[in-house]
Amino acid sequence: MTAPDVRHSAKSSFGARAVSGRLSRRWLSRLVIWVVLVVGALLMLLPILWMVSSSFKLEQKVFQFPPQLIPNPFRLANYVDALTYKPFFIYFKNTVFLILMNELAVLLASSFCAYGFARIRFAGRDFWFAIVLATMMVPYVVMLVPQFVIFSRLHWIDTFLPLIVPPFFGGGAFYIFLLRQFFRTIPEELADAARIDGCSEFGIYWRIMLPLAKPALITVAIFTFFGTWNDFMGPLLYLNSPENFTLSIGLMTFRSALQTGRTRWDLLMAFSTAMTLPVVVVFFLAQRYFVRGVVLSGLKG
Amino acid sequence: MTAIVGWLRKPAGRRNVTGYIFIAPFILGVLLWFLIPALTSVWLAFQDWNMIAPPEFVALDNFKRIVSDKLFWQALKVTTLYTAISVPLSMVLAFSLALLMNTKVRGITVFRTLYYLPSIIPAVANAILWAWFLNSDFGLLNALLHAIGLSKVLWLQKPAWALPALILMSLWSLGGGMVIFLAGLQGIPNEFYEAAEIDGAGPWAKLWHVTIPVMSPVIFFNLIMGIIGTFQVFTAAYLITNGGPQNATLFYVLYLWRNAFQYLDMGYAAVLAWVLFFMIMGLTVLVFRGIGSRIYYEKAG
Repeated sequence: MTAPDVRHSAKSSFGARAVSGRLSRRWLSRLVIWVVLVVGALLMLLPILWMVSSSFKLEQKVFQFPPQLIPNPFRLANYVDALTYKPFFIYFKNTVFLILMNELAVLLASSFCAYGFARIRFAGRDFWFAIVLATMMVPYVVMLVPQFVIFSRLHWIDTFLPLIVPPFFGGGAFYIFLLRQFFRTIPEELADAARIDGCSEFGIYWRIMLPLAKPALITVAIFTFFGTWNDFMGPLLYLNSPENFTLSIGLMTFRSALQTGRTRWDLLMAFSTAMTLPVVVVFFLAQRYFVRGVVLSGLKG
Repeated sequence: MTAIVGWLRKPAGRRNVTGYIFIAPFILGVLLWFLIPALTSVWLAFQDWNMIAPPEFVALDNFKRIVSDKLFWQALKVTTLYTAISVPLSMVLAFSLALLMNTKVRGITVFRTLYYLPSIIPAVANAILWAWFLNSDFGLLNALLHAIGLSKVLWLQKPAWALPALILMSLWSLGGGMVIFLAGLQGIPNEFYEAAEIDGAGPWAKLWHVTIPVMSPVIFFNLIMGIIGTFQVFTAAYLITNGGPQNATLFYVLYLWRNAFQYLDMGYAAVLAWVLFFMIMGLTVLVFRGIGSRIYYEKAG
């Protein structure tokens, strides 16, 4: 009577052990993956932590080996020293001005051109769109020398013009591409309805497409902000007088000014951290839009 | 005149005019910032010109100079070596990380953010941060080496170590490629893997016969963009090592920059830019020939 029961229970417990073995193996491999990812993430964060930690250190503590990761004493005044050492406010003002002008130029010009490519069937459209894709592939370095020659002929050197005027002409091939892709996903019926009501193409672009394209426009705006805030080569080439410097150039000259004596790494790290902070804040606030843009940049190929 | 008016009255004619009005900024931009500079650059290549004295036609002299210019060959060697190591290494790492993250581990968005974070740090802050991180006396990297019992490395003072140091630094910004890979992986339909499992495929077979073939367009894109990017490295070389020690980090664009904007040798710089352009184009074509036929494209529709 009892024998079959025993056999049955033995069999089922054997089965359960196999299942739990599979489960625990799976669980183990997940744990290993997770640990690898955590260690990797810590390695990625290490230089940033190092920057932030150095920025709060007393000058003597910076030159301590092996270094301490948590500064003691914690010196906030480094930021005051770093940001008043050079006319930081002027650099900041210039950078913000360049960003505002670039945002205006890029958002207007790229969406305007993208609408033409996305929604109007005209002769030669495919040819010109191929040119858009082709200009994305041209290394910027190739244009550096002749553009400098042209801008110096125009007497634009040491003005903001070389950094402001070009984006008004199309706003950059990548942004045209990105917005064109987005416009094509908006249903045509909306525009057709507006056309029947007598709305012109410009009206459709301005009153219907732009409001609907807000997520894509935000992506473009964030990319433009990052690009302008981080730009180094452009300002280095075209801006010579200290009153025109951007934050990037300010940070660079700050370093060379310090290098005459002992390098003040504490102050340099404070300036670097201060310059990184706004980008990180924007990145966290608008990560959704940003990642979408990065992904789209990879899917165009 | 009447013919034009008549044509404009037709819908197709009106569409053409509207279309070209919309893309006019882009066309003007191509003309002003691509075509005219390109033609200027062709003209420059045959001139000896320092932007002050009148330009002098020198036929092919600028091209002949390249052959015997030791620094040109050094710059080419440095840049090629950097590309050949940094691009494959960061691609393999980025792809592996994306694979690990795609296993539905907990906190995937947090990991993605942390790995991407270094990519958004402003170029100048990034360079100064790494100059400090790699500092041979007080930098964190040497402190870590010291902690595990290794001796200090003169990262930026020894010619043999300077390029590896910059390659290490380049790995830090693999987040961009990783995000693109991850998006591609997430787009692979589960049915592909189920079908492979029915055919008896294990994890490695699935990786080799499903994941990599399906991801090939993304891999190709990241490879091309990686090559174009590393051939144009400038900021790190300019700010951290300034090409040294003993030209061990004389990157191509840094050498071009010096010729153009420090020695004002505009003709020679233009030739260097053209050589770079054709090298990048050549490499792109080579990569395309090499793996282009093996790229898997999803059939449309």
